[in-house]
Amino acid sequence: MRANVLRLHPDDNVVTAILELEPGERLQADAPLPKVDVKQPIPFGHKVAIRPITKGEHVVKYGASIGVATVDIAIGEHVHIQNLASVRGDATR
Amino acid sequence: MSKPSFSGYLRPDGSVGVRNLVAIIPSCGCAQHAARRIAAAVPEAALVDYSGGCGETSADLEVATRLLAGYGRHPNVVASIVVSLGCEGLDAHDLSARIAKGWPPTELLVIQELGGTERTIARGIELAQAFAADAQRYEREPCPISALTVGLECGGSDATSGLAANPSLGAFADRLVALGGRTILPETSELLGAEHILMARAATPELASEIERIVKACERELKATGEDMTGKQPSPGNIRGGISTVEEKALGDVLKGGSTLVIDVLTYGQPPRKPGLSFMDTPGNDLASVTGLAAAGCQVIIFTTGRGSPTGNAVVPVIKVTGNPGTYARMGDDMDVNAGEVIEGKATIPEMGNRIYDMVLRVAEGEETAAERTGHQEFMMLRKGPLY
Repeated sequence: MRANVLRLHPDDNVVTAILELEPGERLQADAPLPKVDVKQPIPFGHKVAIRPITKGEHVVKYGASIGVATVDIAIGEHVHIQNLASVRGDATR
Repeated sequence: MSKPSFSGYLRPDGSVGVRNLVAIIPSCGCAQHAARRIAAAVPEAALVDYSGGCGETSADLEVATRLLAGYGRHPNVVASIVVSLGCEGLDAHDLSARIAKGWPPTELLVIQELGGTERTIARGIELAQAFAADAQRYEREPCPISALTVGLECGGSDATSGLAANPSLGAFADRLVALGGRTILPETSELLGAEHILMARAATPELASEIERIVKACERELKATGEDMTGKQPSPGNIRGGISTVEEKALGDVLKGGSTLVIDVLTYGQPPRKPGLSFMDTPGNDLASVTGLAAAGCQVIIFTTGRGSPTGNAVVPVIKVTGNPGTYARMGDDMDVNAGEVIEGKATIPEMGNRIYDMVLRVAEGEETAAERTGHQEFMMLRKGPLY
């Protein structure tokens, strides 16, 4: 089956959609991946949690922090600006 | 497949140009109109569209003078005309003198001394035509690949920039550096969260400290605004394309530099001092960054763009690489290389790096880029201080 997401690094807790994903769709990647069914529509290029991420925990992509979760994020949820905030670029936090 | 050399224009100082252009450089916004009219009348003329020059801090005027002189001495430029009003803050005589230190001939036209706009335009067109005619004596000849300096720009990024276009550009950058060429990685504000990667590759501890100092200074400036940068870095288009934070953007951005050592750190617009990968302290704003890369003497700039930026430069061919197959399909007229094939599984990153390399050589040998065909010649200068 064709990959629908890319997992860039073993430490990552998110993957990136390389196709438009519909709720209920099973994630497929060339790299090892836990069983994850997406919970929401995921646009091309957007991120999906592949592990539960608790509020305040770092969201990891490319093997490095891309910010912190502002709420608890469940497996299969869309990870974007509604639940992920920058540490380095936000002086209001 | 690969060529040890390419056909370029060998200049009297040993540098190599890939275009023969006459730069028309206004030294202030009030001279812009006359400069634009001169440039419009001569096909070989390139307008360096500077609009500052008055009511600025000495530091900003010095940066402007240094960068405009860089345009005048650019290897793709065979001659230049500085168009001055005569009463501006930027010292046009100093600018002209700095350009004259290079090999290309230069002339200074002062509107207030020549008797106004129309006389200046007429004289400027006459001079530009003479310079262009004289440039015909340059013929392409074999030049080493190591003579190339290539700027590594990205803008209008989306998630595919970090997944396909930037790693492919990194593969190209490694290949050019292995052949003795120079690459410049710009855009300080797009390093926030990825500086550790460049610092780990710094050739000396001093360079690592310098990278850290520059990124920290940028972060302090951003934080001093008291604003959430989300919506600026990353931009609204970056966010729609799946980039959530400046850290995520930075980690995708830094891949453009490939995997070689960072051998030097350059100020805005400073020409590289040695072969290899240099980091340049520039804004993340694409136009201001490209202006810095052009002033530093890059003969070619490669610009990766997921969302689809059409921008170009007056004196440097800018090659557009998109990692987004949809953008390539929608904006084919503005794109040169489709790295979206990496996303679609049709090409690997090393293959795409080789495709970019081949494109760079073709463009260096005269093939027009999409931005040259569409006529994009954007210009923007970093200004740090207030406007009085």
